[in-house]
Amino acid sequence: MADYVQMWKDLGMDLENHDLLCQVLPTAVGDVFLSQENRPKAMDFWDLVISEVHGIRPAELIEEQKKGRKVFGTFCVYVPDEVVIAANGIVTGLCGGSQFWVPDGEAVLPKSTCPLIKASVGARLGRTCPFFRIADMYVGETTCDGKKKAYEILGEDVPMYVMDVPQMKRPEDILKWKNEIAAFARRVEEFTGNEITPEKLNEAIQLVNAKRRALQRVYDARKSECLPISGRDALLMMQIAFFDDPARCAQMCNRLADELEDRIRDGVSVVPHGTKRILVTGTPLAVPNWKLHNIIETSGAAVVCEEMCTGTRYFENLVDETKTTLDEQFMALSERYMKTNCACFTPNTGRIDDILRMVKEYKVDGVIDCSLKFCCLYDTEKYSVSRALKEAGVPILSLETDYTDTDAEQLRTRIGAFVEMLDA
Amino acid sequence: MNNYQIGIDIGSTCAKAVVLSSDKKILQRVLLPTGWSSVDTAEKLKEALGPWLPEADTVATGYGRACVPYAGRSVTEITCHGRGAAYLFGGPELTVIDIGGQDTKIIRLEQGQVSDFLMNDKCSAGTGRFLEIMAGTLGLRLEELCELASTGGGTSISSMCTVFAESEVTSLIGRGEKRENIAYAVVDSIVTKVMSQASRLLQGAGRVCLTGGLCELSYLRQALKKKLGRDVLTSPDARYAGAIGAALLAGKGAA
Repeated sequence: MADYVQMWKDLGMDLENHDLLCQVLPTAVGDVFLSQENRPKAMDFWDLVISEVHGIRPAELIEEQKKGRKVFGTFCVYVPDEVVIAANGIVTGLCGGSQFWVPDGEAVLPKSTCPLIKASVGARLGRTCPFFRIADMYVGETTCDGKKKAYEILGEDVPMYVMDVPQMKRPEDILKWKNEIAAFARRVEEFTGNEITPEKLNEAIQLVNAKRRALQRVYDARKSECLPISGRDALLMMQIAFFDDPARCAQMCNRLADELEDRIRDGVSVVPHGTKRILVTGTPLAVPNWKLHNIIETSGAAVVCEEMCTGTRYFENLVDETKTTLDEQFMALSERYMKTNCACFTPNTGRIDDILRMVKEYKVDGVIDCSLKFCCLYDTEKYSVSRALKEAGVPILSLETDYTDTDAEQLRTRIGAFVEMLDA
Repeated sequence: MNNYQIGIDIGSTCAKAVVLSSDKKILQRVLLPTGWSSVDTAEKLKEALGPWLPEADTVATGYGRACVPYAGRSVTEITCHGRGAAYLFGGPELTVIDIGGQDTKIIRLEQGQVSDFLMNDKCSAGTGRFLEIMAGTLGLRLEELCELASTGGGTSISSMCTVFAESEVTSLIGRGEKRENIAYAVVDSIVTKVMSQASRLLQGAGRVCLTGGLCELSYLRQALKKKLGRDVLTSPDARYAGAIGAALLAGKGAA
């Protein structure tokens, strides 16, 4: 393992506390990932990245910053990476997925805030995440009340830009989001000192589309009856996609997809024939949150798709690549991003349509709808999701959890019983 | 296939075991307190099951299901309680309310198979533990608390949290409220909590039954009946429902 201590010191991190985090991660990676049998060889890339998750990519970002490039930290799949890339900026995800960061977040936020927000704020204020130290600007969005207020706190010691996401999807809302994207583009130009031209924006659109296609290819392989990759491995790939260079991400995902397609042709499956196939839907699973997938896949079932931000919401739908003026391109971006179905919109029947479609596409036996504690939006939407699935005759289990391990055994009982129900 | 089927249900408070004959008749029931070690409890059960064990297929369930090395496999308590209730009460559709030591399960059965279920979260409100703690505060045994409750009324506890509810009971005592009225409020609280948890599954057709350690408390069942507005069945074997279900599944091989 390379020595990143000096880099972390230069970033002003709390090394003592950060060491505690570094100590627990290898065990978790070993238990959740390396213990699996018959993994695709191409997972070696993600195994390496996760083993040095606070080293490899942060070091790259710092090198790019030395060349004058700016790093934008984001928290949501509605923030258009294309705009940042067109101005020669770099995007990195910032969402926190570990209980480790929660206490530092709770020092300033109400306890009844979702763990993702608490962990993100805690990672910043506790100075235990290099990505939060590196980012030159944070880009937030108004997808929930907890985040809106948390951004005010984060904005106190780092440049913060908040995009106003509409709450409905009427034509005027799509126009409004287009204008928000245009305003964001002006701010990015100002901050980077680089002009966004239609040519550059088109290149960026193509680059991000290529990444989406590559991620989709891996997911397409998961639709096969012969399941070539575990849900845990696919989730890890998804989580890292938020942090990686988009071109390399596409390259690595395509390399993985090549292997998965070979496996399907050769009949190589990671689970015995007849293993029940689970679609997981709900709130995002930010790295290193692997609890749910790990419990499902050690209870005799396999996760074949994630209808979540760390899943299909991130890559489904492409941006129209044929537009030639900024105005048209901003509209094309708005149209693509507004196709993403988040519970922050009302109504949000598109998400139910997505889930029902994915149940068919991924040959799903049962759906697990899991939301993070205190996420009022996804928690409330469970009612309509579960009703629609019951009407369609699809078994559904609704769960709520956080980042702690204290409910692991209770989750194991529920998930185990659900799998037994599917097997009966 | 062996001559006997054994089901072992190690719950948070009590461990139960049942031996079934090849024609699914109950030959033996064993009931022990779980104590502080599931491993020791499993050993004690092993002694009690000595005559049958060598010729039996065995399935373990409950919180301690992983601590039974001599069981062929383990199955979750939800599936087992469902199967056990179907064995005891039958019917094409059945809703099972199982109030256990530290969790409450509501299980929907269709044609004897689990079709849906709900479980309380980490909180102990609406479980046997809640009743035990309140009985302790009132200086009563569980049976005494329920008996007293049947003569009380007019008071309620608003806290769902066991800890807060306990301090509410303490302040009711301090205010000089009659013990039977407090006992009534305690039972009313648990029934209300279970009902609100169960409401989604209780809309289904078919009969309702009560299983788990608290099914022998007749006033609790009366209170549930009253709140539900429909009959609540039980049976002397209802606290063995999990073990019976496990024993039934022991005859089904690995499926």
